[in-house]
Amino acid sequence: MKHCEYQQIDPQALSTPTPTLPPQHAVVQEEKKGETARRKWEVFPGKNRFYCDGRIIVAQQSGVLPLTLGLILVTTVLFFVFDCPFLLKHLTVFIPAIGGVLFVFVVISLLQTSFTDPGILPRATPDEAADIEKQIDNSGSSTYRPPPRTKEVMINQQVVKLKYCFTCKMFRPPRTSHCSLCDNCVERFDHHCPWVGNCVGKRNYRFFYTFIVSLSFLTVFIFGCVATHLALRAQGGRGLMFALQESPASAVELVICFFSVWSILGLSGFHTYLVASNLTTNEDIKGSWSGKSGTEDTGNPYSYNNIITNCCSVLCGPMPPSLIDRRGFMPVEESSQTVATEIELAAKNEINVCTQGTKDLLESASRSPCPQTGKPQTVSTSCPDSIDPADPAVTFNPDVTSDPDPVAVPSLKCGGRHHSHTTSPPDEPRQLHHHHHNRHHKTRSARSSSKRAALHISNPAYNVSLSPPTSPGLGPSHGTGAEEHVRDNFATLH
Amino acid sequence: MATEFHNLQELRQSPSLATKVFIQRDYSEGTVCRFQIKFPSELGSRIERTLFEDTVKTLNTYYAEAEKVGGQSYMEGCLACATAYFIFFCMETRYEKVLKKISGYIQEQNEKIYAPRGLLLTDPVERGMRVIEVSVFEDRGSSGSSPSSNVSSGISQR
Repeated sequence: MKHCEYQQIDPQALSTPTPTLPPQHAVVQEEKKGETARRKWEVFPGKNRFYCDGRIIVAQQSGVLPLTLGLILVTTVLFFVFDCPFLLKHLTVFIPAIGGVLFVFVVISLLQTSFTDPGILPRATPDEAADIEKQIDNSGSSTYRPPPRTKEVMINQQVVKLKYCFTCKMFRPPRTSHCSLCDNCVERFDHHCPWVGNCVGKRNYRFFYTFIVSLSFLTVFIFGCVATHLALRAQGGRGLMFALQESPASAVELVICFFSVWSILGLSGFHTYLVASNLTTNEDIKGSWSGKSGTEDTGNPYSYNNIITNCCSVLCGPMPPSLIDRRGFMPVEESSQTVATEIELAAKNEINVCTQGTKDLLESASRSPCPQTGKPQTVSTSCPDSIDPADPAVTFNPDVTSDPDPVAVPSLKCGGRHHSHTTSPPDEPRQLHHHHHNRHHKTRSARSSSKRAALHISNPAYNVSLSPPTSPGLGPSHGTGAEEHVRDNFATLH
Repeated sequence: MATEFHNLQELRQSPSLATKVFIQRDYSEGTVCRFQIKFPSELGSRIERTLFEDTVKTLNTYYAEAEKVGGQSYMEGCLACATAYFIFFCMETRYEKVLKKISGYIQEQNEKIYAPRGLLLTDPVERGMRVIEVSVFEDRGSSGSSPSSNVSSGISQR
């Protein structure tokens, strides 16, 4: 993305003369150069899926999105085929025109909501995570299980607590929440919508709002038109049954529209209220601001206390860019240098500071004073149940590498479970929808475990070097076994 | 204060990264993008406080301009809604234009001010707008001593 010359003086990119290397190193480096550079979406640590080479992003389970699209398409097609000719003849040409415009709006905003990055925050780099850990260690206690880490900030003269995200290894900005289904922190997190198959957050909230508003207009419009059609056919004393027999498709449309109009109108009204008071669904359900004082306006520090300003800032505000840079290329030099590091560690037990690259210096120095006791606690203390502390592959993960993949994988194992506790209360009302996902968990877990295995295998040297007693075959399967165990626990929570 | 001035060539030849300093976000005005203007102690000897604070203040001004909810953003938002958001495929948003200006500004600052002092600013966009990462390179004058001493002094700060 940013091909400025500072890429060159990035210390990882510079090749310091490395000493007598085992032949493994040369082989691996050649392999890395031979591969085409990988895009960042291919190593994305969250549970999202990507299409069109990273242009399209969806959540892991998009099970209900085809149903949503199907219902909308079927109803609208039936409307155009069976009702529009009659209404065109007897009423006006504007009816199909308005229907067409609404339909286009609905479909486009639905696809935009589903395929847009909702405002995912990329996970903290290892350096940032280490810096934050340093600050926390300075101020916190040294108990085996650290208390939930929070930081208080003043926002518009009001105290707001920021929570530490164990998966993403950073303090979440205000209004950011971690979606356990997608395993990402999302800015201005509203909710995870299964109908749309994606999280709704800062970047796609306006599309979501457009979608539900235009869908409620479309539903009401079709309902009204079909009712008019049937009424016109039933005129002259012929009766409703006669009209239904003549146009049975209208009955189908009536039923679909009747049952959906209440929920969609209700949802539109609810979100209009949220937009007018600059709240998110997450905050409203948790009662973050309403518990403190009687009126909601004084509680919410983000509200402008003016309905029009709130609406404009939420819906017409500037569109922030995607922060995860899906289509950027992974820096090949960094990954190959990291791989070289791991092989060197395997080759030599003690660290020779004069012969390593600069990035390796920092990693090795942070590791050497506390080889087994200090850093592994960050992994094991967050989830002592799901991680076997004896597994060297897991214990060493946070220490050694600068490559984010192996760091992300164990934190996924424990972070996912941890966050299932913290995020399940807001998801309680959505349990109806989440029951869909229990079925999908088993089928998807196979695919995700292969993705996790791929993340492990992307650094085969890493596995080999760090866990000599365990074969590489055991490494990924152990990791994914723990992963599936964790996910099953999560599924049973719902 | 650095006694030796570095240029990019020298930094390329001896790229010993001593530490990284992170400037965190300032949330006192809400969720708008703003960085703390607090001068970190690790940079005390490397750069003048006013220069650094000016850089951060200018960056904050740019971000405020990008996120300003005003006439132009309303126009953009309404036009986007009216065209069913197709306009985002054709046109660059104002935010993206300002981000390009910011990356140009950071590059210019790095060339003129930070690289000569052995520092390097990373564009916050590459860190998810969470931090301004300042990479502190080892002072060339002290490169005679082993690099481990620099790093161990970093550890002792913990």
